[in-house]
Amino acid sequence: MRFHIVKRDQLVWWKSWGVRILSVIVGLLVSALVTVVLTGDNPIQVFATMVDGAFGTERRLWTLGQGIAILLCISLAVTPAFKMRFWNIGAEGQALMGGFAAATCMLFLGDKMPTGILLCVIAVSSILAGAIWALIPAYFKARFGTNETLFTLMMNYIAIQIISFFVYKWSNPVGSGKIGVINPDTRAGWFPIIAGKTYLLNILIVAVLTIAMFIYLKYSKHGYEIAVVGESENTARYIGIDVKRVILRTMFLSGALCGITGFLLVCGTDHTITRETIAGRGFTAIMVSWLAKFNPIFMIITSFLLVFFEKGATQISTQFGLNDSFSEIITGIIIFFIIGSEFFLNYKLKRDEKKGVAK
Amino acid sequence: MLVQFIQRAMMQGIPLLLGSTGEIITEKAGHLNLGIPGIMYVGSISGVIGSFIYETSVGPQNLNPVLAVLIPLLSSIFGSLVMGLIYCVLTVTLRANQNVTGLALTTFGVGFGNFFGGSLIKLVDSEMPSITLSATSNIFRTTLPFADKLGVIGDLFFSYSFLVYVAIIIALVASWILSRTRIGLHLRAVGENPATADAAGINVNRYKYTATCLGSVIAGLGGLYYVMDYANGIWSNDAFGDRGWLAVAIVIFALWRPHISIIGSFLFGGLFILYNYVSVPGAGIEVQELFKMVPYVVTLIVLIFTSMRDKRENQPPQSLGLSYFREER
Amino acid sequence: MAEVPAIELINITKTFGEVVANKDICLTVNRGEILSILGENGSGKTTLMNMISGIYYPDYGEIKIDGKAVEIRSPKDAFKHKIGMIHQHFKLVDVFSAAENIVLGLKEEGRFSLAKSITKIEAIASLYGFEIDPKKKIYDMSVSEKQAVEIIKVLYRGADILILDEPTAVLTPQETQRLFSILRRMKKDGKAIIIITHKLHEVVAISDRVSVLRKGEYVGTLKTKETNELELTEMMVGKKVDLNIERKEPVNTKDRLIVAGLRYKNREGVKVLRNVSFTAKAGEILGIAGIAGSGQRELLEAIAGLRRLDSGEIIYNNPKTELQEDLRNKTPMEIRELGVRLSFVPEDRLGMGLVGNMDIIDNMMLRSYRKGKSAFLERKAPKDLAEQIIEELEVVTPNASTPVRRLSGGNVQKVLVGREIAASPTVLMAAYPVRGLDINSSYTIYNLLNKQKENGVAVIFVGEDLDVLVELCDRIVVLSSGKVSGIIDGRNTTKEEIGLLMTKEFTEDKKKKKGGTKE
Repeated sequence: MRFHIVKRDQLVWWKSWGVRILSVIVGLLVSALVTVVLTGDNPIQVFATMVDGAFGTERRLWTLGQGIAILLCISLAVTPAFKMRFWNIGAEGQALMGGFAAATCMLFLGDKMPTGILLCVIAVSSILAGAIWALIPAYFKARFGTNETLFTLMMNYIAIQIISFFVYKWSNPVGSGKIGVINPDTRAGWFPIIAGKTYLLNILIVAVLTIAMFIYLKYSKHGYEIAVVGESENTARYIGIDVKRVILRTMFLSGALCGITGFLLVCGTDHTITRETIAGRGFTAIMVSWLAKFNPIFMIITSFLLVFFEKGATQISTQFGLNDSFSEIITGIIIFFIIGSEFFLNYKLKRDEKKGVAK
Repeated sequence: MLVQFIQRAMMQGIPLLLGSTGEIITEKAGHLNLGIPGIMYVGSISGVIGSFIYETSVGPQNLNPVLAVLIPLLSSIFGSLVMGLIYCVLTVTLRANQNVTGLALTTFGVGFGNFFGGSLIKLVDSEMPSITLSATSNIFRTTLPFADKLGVIGDLFFSYSFLVYVAIIIALVASWILSRTRIGLHLRAVGENPATADAAGINVNRYKYTATCLGSVIAGLGGLYYVMDYANGIWSNDAFGDRGWLAVAIVIFALWRPHISIIGSFLFGGLFILYNYVSVPGAGIEVQELFKMVPYVVTLIVLIFTSMRDKRENQPPQSLGLSYFREER
Repeated sequence: MAEVPAIELINITKTFGEVVANKDICLTVNRGEILSILGENGSGKTTLMNMISGIYYPDYGEIKIDGKAVEIRSPKDAFKHKIGMIHQHFKLVDVFSAAENIVLGLKEEGRFSLAKSITKIEAIASLYGFEIDPKKKIYDMSVSEKQAVEIIKVLYRGADILILDEPTAVLTPQETQRLFSILRRMKKDGKAIIIITHKLHEVVAISDRVSVLRKGEYVGTLKTKETNELELTEMMVGKKVDLNIERKEPVNTKDRLIVAGLRYKNREGVKVLRNVSFTAKAGEILGIAGIAGSGQRELLEAIAGLRRLDSGEIIYNNPKTELQEDLRNKTPMEIRELGVRLSFVPEDRLGMGLVGNMDIIDNMMLRSYRKGKSAFLERKAPKDLAEQIIEELEVVTPNASTPVRRLSGGNVQKVLVGREIAASPTVLMAAYPVRGLDINSSYTIYNLLNKQKENGVAVIFVGEDLDVLVELCDRIVVLSSGKVSGIIDGRNTTKEEIGLLMTKEFTEDKKKKKGGTKE
């Protein structure tokens, strides 16, 4: 029996989400299998460990929330660019530059102004730093059509080396190759603790940004222009949209949000900067955004999923004596399944009918 | 000192050369495989696992040189082949987004490498966070016997291990196949315009699969070379670093031509280690970090210039990154 | 001659999603015969042919070659049975040379050698009188050169069943004649030839038999000798249609748009527009005729502000302010800000005029979304407009929130034209507005254009069907190789006159070139 592939009409929403959920379940089963092979433990216990790792204690819950907030924030950042079909895979570098700007301000302005004003100054400089880092590839894309995927990729490594340079230069204690926690005593430039919860402010900021981005993309004129440019540059030109301006404006926004991510990480979480501050989230964000079909509300779910797997798998690895990279394997496997399931949303297999005329 | 620099630059360039040759072949089939960095990790760790098993089972003194090379080589090929297949199933058969798939593959591959690397390190219980396979590495690093008798010429051209020559030959052969043979013509057609290739009776999916898997295997060898040869058989987690991305960068630098990528790789290899050889008076160790930036900046400049000159032959394959579906309407 | 069937189609059916493209089609083509497949656009001709050449796979039905049932799953299978198809959209790799494209996909004996292939190509080319340079890159070629490459590609493979999908659409009358003589020669060779077309006079001129399709269904097959254009039209359309386009005398004409001395070089440095001048008057339809690629597209896009000209003037007489504005090198935004109401129905509907993945409402917004100071979109007015257009122009669609990509060609065009007219323009430019449309939709469009003319709009109509141009337009500008070779009165001209003007520059150029080489 032979099959051929045909494109299908749009699935009703519950079917398409059913397929996605099914793919996550299959992915989890395969991951469980892998885990069982590696640890020899019973898979239910393994899942229980994952849930425990993510939700087990109040502290873990807050870390989970914080993780989701940061990942969601950087995913929001790449989304307008992707909707415009601008493959910004430089979120890593843009966020790092934002974080770098924040750390620099904390280091040099920490004792010069009250924290409230300092935080505002930091926010503005982070936004600008991220935005500038995004505007460079955007300019060349708009002006010469330079391939943005490769350009933004290179910009990441340039950013990393710049941060490395300053981390060595400003290392504290001198020669340690680390900046260490900045302003540990004065807490200048640190996020205030709201209602006794360290990460609450981070989460609130990202929640507001998520709703704002949803509205921006769906209901604003800018969002409409982004969609038109993404679907067809020719159409955009034809109706008089200044494509270059839209590219620059959207990338400014994308970079600015990356900058905010860096700001949240440095001022709201780590209180320091290293090469590893963003820790690959700029790349994970691409998957978050894509899996959610560029819808900010769905991105809450996809970023939750990815952070949950990461935290859960980390817990498995500590509990069963595996190393940390285990979570990357599990995440990878599950993402493969989700990516693969997209096929079944867009196409269907059709069995070839018996051919020819009767008799 | 200059001779030594060139030697080191070439050795540094080999993983980049293998990685970029693999990526060029893949991109010529229309697939932007951003999973190459992950694949190189897997190629590397698979070789390490193979040789680790062999070395511990017979003991480092009793290695059969042929097996000692063959086992890691085959396990490396197997590892990267599986990675290539995952990428193909997702992007060719299931037509998934190539960027997303590639990045997921890199996450997975780097995790895979570090996970098994870490596990092996734990297994041998060594003091250092690394595994050392010096015996296997020594066999890998066997050089031509007459090299040291030829003075500078020998040092420059004949002092390397076999994988170096293999890498260069692969690049030259790839270049020849792409530009001079029927297979190359068909492959380029697939990457430029799959609908046309399909209409001409070329089996598009087979070409995509073959090129992508072959590209993965070649890139994986870059990982193997790095650990067995360049790093003297020492695996430590994350040591391979961002070389995979640098390999992707060289593809642009070489304008999708493997023979240019030979020069590009050695040049980038040189830039990568330049900081060891250049001393800026009064500067601290941080200046090294700026030197490490140079290859990326150079790539950017090349990227910008080729896009400004806009010559048709120097552009990426036209359908790079796009899935192909024959019955698309 | 005895009738030997080369290929038979039995009950072929193909669906795309819910759209039935072909339903129970039965056809036979004999060796040494030219069969025309006649049908309106969207009648399923191309889909059917794509199934013979392995691009699509039928849902049901059987294909027989030389009396034996065969399975054609891929173009490769098609080659195996010596089926060669020349597509309407050329399937060529742009960065390859002609020779590379011709040998693509072949597995010839012996070592791969382009030089050997080039010799063979040149032999075929000289045999049939093609003028091509096998080493020339496709991106440097003209449309007719590309078609030559496509035909040679099939001949090179020794195909004996040839399918040509609307081969004459891009050719000059002379080139068409040359093509037909080649086809007749091949027919004498015993080849079976299928030619898809919707030009009746070509059907009569070239084919032995005609098969007619309508809306994906098989209507019947006739011997060409035993039928006439009227009968064929009736079969094709299904009911009698009035072929006359109503043309009223223009009233109150005023110079609206004065184009003078336009020159434009494209990215490759080719002079696409060479000193183009004409005047479009309010209250008349100005036709623009020319072989495909004579600069029509660039001309309209330049007027619409999408291309930067090297020199020339585009003067717009603003009826409100009585001012003259130079539109040259202004962006579409700037043109609109001057108060110029310029509507443009571009040739590439889904690639430029509309966004395929957006629904009808959002496509309505393309022209109007900027209205108002708010940073947010206003979807009420576009929704009303969408519903109004759906109703007035009888657009077949489930509802206004259907992505336009899912509509048929005619309905897509109605949406586009409807939107452009809704902007109440003073100048309306339409490039090939009826291309790919069935007759009824075409007439809807002609009527809309005529109504605009009556309302005092300056209509510029770029067309390819000379019959339509002659019947619809008040004046016709003929372009040839980027020059205006004549501006003629639409009421006192013939197709032949236009046809000659269309090729005027072309033949002159050739003479010059030949002269040059002799010296």
